[in-house]
Amino acid sequence: MNIIGPDALVFGVDNIKECEQYLQDYGLEAAGDGSFKALDGTSIIVKAKDDSSLPEALTSGNMLRKTIYGVADQATLDTIAENLSQDRDVKTLSDGSIESKDDMGFALGFQITVRHSLSMPAEAVNAPGAPPQRPVNVIAADPDGAPKPRSLSHVVYFVPDVARAEAFYVERLGFRCTDRFTDVGPFLRPAGTDDHHTLFMIQTPPFLQGCEHFTFHMGGPNEVMQAGTRFVEKGYESFWGPGRHIYGSNWFWYFNSPFGCHVEYDADMDLHDDTWVEREAPSNADTSQIFLFQHRDKWFPSGGPPDKS
Amino acid sequence: MPDKLLRLCHLDDLPTGSARGFDPYATGQDTMFIVRQAQSLRAYQNNCPHWPGSPMAWRKDAYLSPDGKHIVCSGHGAHFEIESGKCDSGPCLGQFLKPMNLQIEQDGNVYLLPE
Repeated sequence: MNIIGPDALVFGVDNIKECEQYLQDYGLEAAGDGSFKALDGTSIIVKAKDDSSLPEALTSGNMLRKTIYGVADQATLDTIAENLSQDRDVKTLSDGSIESKDDMGFALGFQITVRHSLSMPAEAVNAPGAPPQRPVNVIAADPDGAPKPRSLSHVVYFVPDVARAEAFYVERLGFRCTDRFTDVGPFLRPAGTDDHHTLFMIQTPPFLQGCEHFTFHMGGPNEVMQAGTRFVEKGYESFWGPGRHIYGSNWFWYFNSPFGCHVEYDADMDLHDDTWVEREAPSNADTSQIFLFQHRDKWFPSGGPPDKS
Repeated sequence: MPDKLLRLCHLDDLPTGSARGFDPYATGQDTMFIVRQAQSLRAYQNNCPHWPGSPMAWRKDAYLSPDGKHIVCSGHGAHFEIESGKCDSGPCLGQFLKPMNLQIEQDGNVYLLPE
């Protein structure tokens, strides 16, 4: 089943202006009608929480209202519709997409993907022993750089029954578990992408059900650092990072947000195919990151003693 | 004048119904915040009891619910009473924010008292 990954996340909020400003400051482009797009066309969509076009809210009050998956073609869309119609309502919307729910009650959409292929270089690194990735006289550090999110990477859910939640995505939608945190949840990869995960789920009490975070891929670790620093300088609150995860290897930097969830920048995630054998570990500080740093204000320890005047 | 205390701000810097974060020890991130209601100030650590170490605002000084009636942790939506710091909704229900002690001088300057 050729599901590529999340095309869009739809939030229903009561502070639209602040949410829109947040997404623009994060680096997404306003594309009209509440849509804020990354470079490949994937997006976050912001609506008023009482907008009648939105699926009903989760009983927890979490603001995530819908996860829209992009699929390869109409045949995939038809297969999903036929499969899900066996035991639940499946609506076809006016734009041709379909809408249903997973076994936890998260509203799902499926559409022929809107993401377009990107052709742009990854961050280039020079290292002794390897051919230069960045030729002579090409500069890496750009103080004025404004890196933009490239692609909606993944979403993380808090779920009340992680075994049942996982079974739905694996058995009904063809996702595979790449790695797992014991008694917490699985990292899941749909068939249409090599990314280590586009969905991670965490077992929690029912009242917490909802989106824990979402994140967009950046062009490399430097872009994570530079975009995150820019975000801090705009007054947003760093929550966790920058650092590098172990499962998925993705560099991360998480921020608080007005969406009632965290919002991350990530880069350089591992890719896998179906020959990969799932790993499992207990979840703790040591298994969830190789290293962790914390932002501090810029300083310049150089020369004589600081001027006391 | 309490010269060994850390001056945070002046009362005039805190409009009624507002919250403001402070970084008195220059860590690079606000470690505490003050909420002003009429003449009363409440100060707490910027540290959600749901997951100790978690900063609560989503943006500089954004500690309150849209209606201004609760302190909110933007991480996972915990609501806290402004007066008591008690979580009355969310993942740390019944737990308390850690209060910080303030001293307000006659001239309106607000100081942080040692813990």
